Amino acid sequence: MLSRRIIPCLDVRAGRVVKGVRFRDHVDMGDIVELALRYRDAGADELVFYDITASPEGRRVGRDWVERVARVIDIPFCVAGGIRSVSDAREVLQAGADKISVNTPALERPPLIDELALAFGVQCVVVGIDSLRDADGQWRVRQYTGDPARTQALARRTLDWVVEAQQRGAGEIVLNCMGSDGVRDGFDLEQLRAVRAVCAVPLVASGGAGSAQHFADVFGEADVDAALAASVFHAGTVQIPELKRELRAQGVEVRDVQ
Amino acid sequence: MNVVLIDAGGANIGSVRYALQRLGTDAQLSADPAVICAADRVILPGVGAAAPAMARLHALGLVDLIQQLRQPLLGICLGMQLLYDSSEEGDVACLGLLPGRVRRLRPAPGVRVPHMGWNRLQPMAQSPLLEGLTGQSQAYFVHSFAAPLTGDTLASSTHGEAFAAVVGRGNCFGAQFHPERSATTGARLLENFLSGAVA
Repeated sequence: MLSRRIIPCLDVRAGRVVKGVRFRDHVDMGDIVELALRYRDAGADELVFYDITASPEGRRVGRDWVERVARVIDIPFCVAGGIRSVSDAREVLQAGADKISVNTPALERPPLIDELALAFGVQCVVVGIDSLRDADGQWRVRQYTGDPARTQALARRTLDWVVEAQQRGAGEIVLNCMGSDGVRDGFDLEQLRAVRAVCAVPLVASGGAGSAQHFADVFGEADVDAALAASVFHAGTVQIPELKRELRAQGVEVRDVQ
Repeated sequence: MNVVLIDAGGANIGSVRYALQRLGTDAQLSADPAVICAADRVILPGVGAAAPAMARLHALGLVDLIQQLRQPLLGICLGMQLLYDSSEEGDVACLGLLPGRVRRLRPAPGVRVPHMGWNRLQPMAQSPLLEGLTGQSQAYFVHSFAAPLTGDTLASSTHGEAFAAVVGRGNCFGAQFHPERSATTGARLLENFLSGAVA
């Protein structure tokens, strides 16, 4: 039986791991390779590296740290940030990343998803979606979320974009629920359930983890394939070995920490 | 130990090479028939789709050569699928080293395709390739197509239906999962492949 995945997310800015609250006020968390190894040893099932400054600044993710990570890490990892073309993606995959995640560039030019799926197969292509509920009750997509000054609300409904992204060739969806991100009150179960209902590919929940119970809730109540978090892992509030013991005790299939 | 990774154009060959380096083996990346023939171990990695991968092996003139190898050969992920007679993906004839046809995984309630993540291996037969692995071992899978269970299946895994996770016949072996990204389980499988026991 397929295990539910626990994914620490490492936001990368200028070659260092950083973390902010509600996508703002970033503080330094440490060296990329050092943190990646620590999470691997703790039993992380996968890692995601978001170069959070890449899209707003209109530049690509640097390749040197991707290769440094690939050499030492023996669990899968995904790289996001500023991948705008098949050649950008090829560079990151050739440096050793297992998957690439696109967010803003896919919103600007949706056929990018088709091109990436055709070039590398759907299993490499992750579409990240930053989503926030508007006053009218609809969830809508945001873009340029790495930079508060440029973050924009789009007319695009989140559920519509989830459907379109799959049709174009997304092999996995990461849903960043911005309303709950960084505040540790739990995942946005209502939104994740709604997205799950229209998502036939693996779905990764992101935003809001504050305790082990929040992870149990999101697997049990929103049936997501993986849960992603940053601050609770960086701060040590949730330790992955204990988290997995707790999930197993609640009947959630997880990978043994070896 | 002279290990050659066949360069069939997959984008992530680097990760397999790094995994071998972590085991102390520096593999050569090559599409040169003479280099491949001289290897002690040959690995056919592969990410992408079956039809373009077979087209590339044909263009490189490597199909007959791979079929005639006598040294241990390990196909990884798509590389394993290419070992079979054919694949439903692009309806393409493959290397024909293992009987069977690779088919698309069927989605079902709670069964998402691609099959992405860590899943248990269920040993089905004795093999030096599985030394040290048990029914508790988990490996990292990312795929939408899979080979059926046959007499060549050494270990299975289940995602909706059971499929071949590790296979072997004569000198020819395959892993549907990514050993380079499967932590200690993957390292053990690669180590076993490099050991004298599989030769």
